[in-house]
Amino acid sequence: MLCSGTGPRIAPEILRLLPSLRLVVTTSAGLNHIDLSECRRLGIAVANAGEVFSEDVADMAVGLLIDLLRKVSAADRYVRQGLWVSKGDYPLGSKLGGKQIGIVGLGSIGFLVAKRLEAFGCSILYNSRKKKDFVSYPFYTNICELAAKSDVLIICCGLNEQTQHMINREVLLALGKEGVIINIGRGAIIDEKELVQCLVQGEIGGAGLDVFENEPSVPKELFDLDNVVLSPHLAVFTPESFKALCDLLIGNLEAFFSDKPLLSPVMFE
Amino acid sequence: MSAIENVNIPSGNEEEADRRPLVLVHRLPRFALPFDMRTTFRLLDPIASAADEPHQDFLSRHAPSIRALITVGPTPVNADLLDLLPSLRLVVGSSAGVDHIDLNECRRRGIAVTNAGSAFSEDVADYAVALLLDVFRRISAADRFVRSGSWPRKPEYPLGFKLGGKRVGIVGLGSIGSEVAKRLVAFGCRIAYNSRNKKPSAPYTYHANVCDLAVNSDVIVVCCALTKETHHIINKDVMTALGKGGVIINVGRGALVDEKELVQYLTRGEIGGAGLDVFEKEPDVPKELFTLDNVVLSPHRAVLTPESFEAVREVMTANLNAFFSDKPLLSPVQYE
Repeated sequence: MLCSGTGPRIAPEILRLLPSLRLVVTTSAGLNHIDLSECRRLGIAVANAGEVFSEDVADMAVGLLIDLLRKVSAADRYVRQGLWVSKGDYPLGSKLGGKQIGIVGLGSIGFLVAKRLEAFGCSILYNSRKKKDFVSYPFYTNICELAAKSDVLIICCGLNEQTQHMINREVLLALGKEGVIINIGRGAIIDEKELVQCLVQGEIGGAGLDVFENEPSVPKELFDLDNVVLSPHLAVFTPESFKALCDLLIGNLEAFFSDKPLLSPVMFE
Repeated sequence: MSAIENVNIPSGNEEEADRRPLVLVHRLPRFALPFDMRTTFRLLDPIASAADEPHQDFLSRHAPSIRALITVGPTPVNADLLDLLPSLRLVVGSSAGVDHIDLNECRRRGIAVTNAGSAFSEDVADYAVALLLDVFRRISAADRFVRSGSWPRKPEYPLGFKLGGKRVGIVGLGSIGSEVAKRLVAFGCRIAYNSRNKKPSAPYTYHANVCDLAVNSDVIVVCCALTKETHHIINKDVMTALGKGGVIINVGRGALVDEKELVQYLTRGEIGGAGLDVFEKEPDVPKELFTLDNVVLSPHRAVLTPESFEAVREVMTANLNAFFSDKPLLSPVQYE
């Protein structure tokens, strides 16, 4: 079966109707739309987009962050409205270098984000399911603690039962009035209602969001805020990654049908 | 004690000698020094007493004791000003660029000039990368798309482009250009450059002329100083060489790019996009650009962070202190 991240949920009801199914290939990196335990129970392998998107998503995360800190989109709006002429200079941004970046989920995307931000002079901290031995960044098991120590939180993890609404009011308050949050994972990792409250009330400094709880609906309160950058879930969208994705999907299907190992199998936890 | 109408004496005993050196603040009325230097220097500001005394009279009266001046932002320093200040030996600029200072006149009169050195370099480099990411991945355009409520109604949104593997041509590999290169290497870009001189220690491909650089690049990032030689260095030949998919990022000075041609090329789709922090006649921006989604417009603020202001204040203070104690200047501009 070939599915996408935006189709119906691959749940037991669907799997029951396909008793010969042995492989689910999804076009997304995310797996929250697939009932993994049911697949494992039925002996169905799952393959996803692997790391095909990782660089583009990492680029976007950094793009959203710099845009937010240096107010690029807000300043562009300002110029297009003719305000540079009538009102003069646009307010200061904030320097990227020297900021403490808290990465939530140090998988392939999170790691690429870290490498990019290090080139700007940022310091990296992280939270992940497990500590990663191949990096020397400070590791935090508690996400509130990570938020308290960070100027920026970047959400790079997958959505599952444990991460649903993991970024709640407590975490946002720990991040603080000067802190900013970037989400390129899944909308539901953040308690969106709380996030909007915190932004509107000035409890956090700003947000760059590529994903939302109920896409394509975006909370209207955000439209008036200049300390928010909004993106219609296209962190992966470049022609180059689409081509790479195609090659990967075809590769996985060919491997399956010739009894060879899958290119990007998902490991069941 | 000389006239004290706008000279601040530090608190304490009035009879205590004020040993702070005297510095003229030279500024157009709409610019102000964005930080306080009065703890270290006695500042003379003719604009502040403009109501009481015409500018020229003020300058003439204080001229004998003015050995150093700070020029704020793009406030020009030209022969007419220098004629009024025969004791002047140092011009301290508050920007990286010095195209507003008549370097030939200064050199002729034995006046040293300093600029902001590399105080701004990281912030400008960050901003250049921000503009590039925005153009490539259409961040501002997408943000507009969402805010207009279009996302639910129009599910199709044009693709951006991958940054990794793209060939970036840097025009001017000075301190800003080097910082840009360092950042883009982390994104997997391939760096080449054109500069006045080849830099033996730079690990990037050198092209002796900008057209060659453009032919071999997907992106041009303009980071050089504006001089007679670099005026309109990005002209239609360079834009043609860069080609339809090419992107231009300008964080130098507006006049480095032939703006009229650039607008034509953009509106006709003959280059792929542009990220512009500077323009030929700021704050005027060609209106044709307002409707383009492949362009990101910025009101000349690549340096604007509180941290960079602090850095500039330090550089300017250090240069002035060095001058007044006969030590070598920190960031002197070399005359060509």
